[in-house]
Amino acid sequence: MADAARPAPILTDDNAVFWEAAREHRLVAQQCGSCGRLRHPPRPMCPHCRSLAIDVVELSGRGTVYSFSIIHYPPTPFFDYPVLAVLVDLDEGIRLVSNLVDVDPASIDGTSLVGARVTVDWVAADSGAELPVFRLTGSDAS
Amino acid sequence: MTRPTWGGKAAIVGIGQTEFSKHAGRTELQLACESITAALADAGLSPADVDGLASYTVDPVEETELVRSVGFDAVNFSARIPYGGGGSMGTIYAAALAIASGAAEVVVVYRAIRARSGSRFGGAKVAPTPTSGHSGTTALQWCMPFGVVTPASWMAFNAVRYMHTYGVESADFGRAVVQFREYAAGNPASYFHERPITLDDHQASRWIVEPCIRLFDCCQETDGSVALVLASAARAADLPHPPVLVEAGGVASLFEAEIASDHYLPDLAVMNASLVLAEHLFGEFGLTRDDIDVGLIYDAFSPIFLMQLEGLGFCGRGEAKDFIAAGNLALDGRLPCNTNGGLIGEGYIHGLNLATEATRQLRGTAIHQVAGAQHALVSASRTGVILGRA
Repeated sequence: MADAARPAPILTDDNAVFWEAAREHRLVAQQCGSCGRLRHPPRPMCPHCRSLAIDVVELSGRGTVYSFSIIHYPPTPFFDYPVLAVLVDLDEGIRLVSNLVDVDPASIDGTSLVGARVTVDWVAADSGAELPVFRLTGSDAS
Repeated sequence: MTRPTWGGKAAIVGIGQTEFSKHAGRTELQLACESITAALADAGLSPADVDGLASYTVDPVEETELVRSVGFDAVNFSARIPYGGGGSMGTIYAAALAIASGAAEVVVVYRAIRARSGSRFGGAKVAPTPTSGHSGTTALQWCMPFGVVTPASWMAFNAVRYMHTYGVESADFGRAVVQFREYAAGNPASYFHERPITLDDHQASRWIVEPCIRLFDCCQETDGSVALVLASAARAADLPHPPVLVEAGGVASLFEAEIASDHYLPDLAVMNASLVLAEHLFGEFGLTRDDIDVGLIYDAFSPIFLMQLEGLGFCGRGEAKDFIAAGNLALDGRLPCNTNGGLIGEGYIHGLNLATEATRQLRGTAIHQVAGAQHALVSASRTGVILGRA
């Protein structure tokens, strides 16, 4: 097991909306209050219509692995290695950097993980933060 | 589109460098002073001639400290380009614009780095607060909690999607690395002087990020400094070396770009910045890909070298592996590349040592000289220039 807790996300006035919802195990995104488009990572202005009106919507937590990597080096005290990192395209059109849990990285053949269906789950980080991670859809707890 | 009017009006007139090592034993500021004074001596100029400075972000050297150390006393133009090493060629672009416009007469471009003995560039970036430094705010805020904390891991998502889309394998990256190490083996300034590798050596090197980046796919963590001096083409004609003209240059602006990744762009199987950069370099200045005799292409990690070759249009999508396997990076190939050994073989002065090698190629003084080289393209992914023999 890792020697130290996962680092908590860095909170700013612009990104707090995402991480505060995460503490309640809600996966959310900003939605423009004018044109209705979703965006991630959060930012103060809609880059499509320049509106400052922001709604926050809850997402399904279901998506597809767009890309992934198995990170071996350099090890840090905060994670178990190798780290299985994923880029997930959520069904709503938002992309997240995250981890895939409960999959043995050694079992992955080449780039075969691309396209796998995944569902959100949650892991604890430092300072009481909760992080959205993913499991293969159909595996336990998804 | 109106053709820019500044192309060919400024020239690289001096280059300088320190030794490339793993432990310089002196500060970045001192290293910068050493390479800059060497470059000025090479140009036949003095600090009193300098009225402009151009650097790029993640620079440990403060301009003010540099000015008071070298003794510049007339700097009235300075620029600092974004994107870290991806911005390294933006310095030459900015310097050329300043000179062509008359805003400056002599501009110094530099980078000093202790990427091994100081803050290791390949090390994990874990910080408690946002920073505009090494990793950029986006990577720190949205990658760090998931263990994606190194440049290799930021770029790996692109590389894996590229491999998946085009059936590219680790050995395909390795063939480029073997060529760079062969060049480095013949370059006394390189860290890997007289240390070539085989494809088997590459394939036996351990994973940094699987299945795309092995140890030998990574650039060096280097201590050292390089500097270049630019002046007007007219003034260059009176200086000691054949002028190397800045014929074209550009910056690839991308919506959703990050410092060392593009995680939120739709298609990561292509180097999006290279597509935009190629539109500038080949669309606006009357130059074509067939004009390019030598390429110096940012090889922080070998996958992004292949992806830039494709994005810049030197081969089709997914075809870089075949282009390389056919021997086209060698001196007698279609596009000899990274003839100093590149960032993987010579060393990693945050990309700027690709420009000093391009200058040597166009002066005709490179160790692995491309016969009759007239034009060199230097791509730092997000910024790039085409240099030409006067």
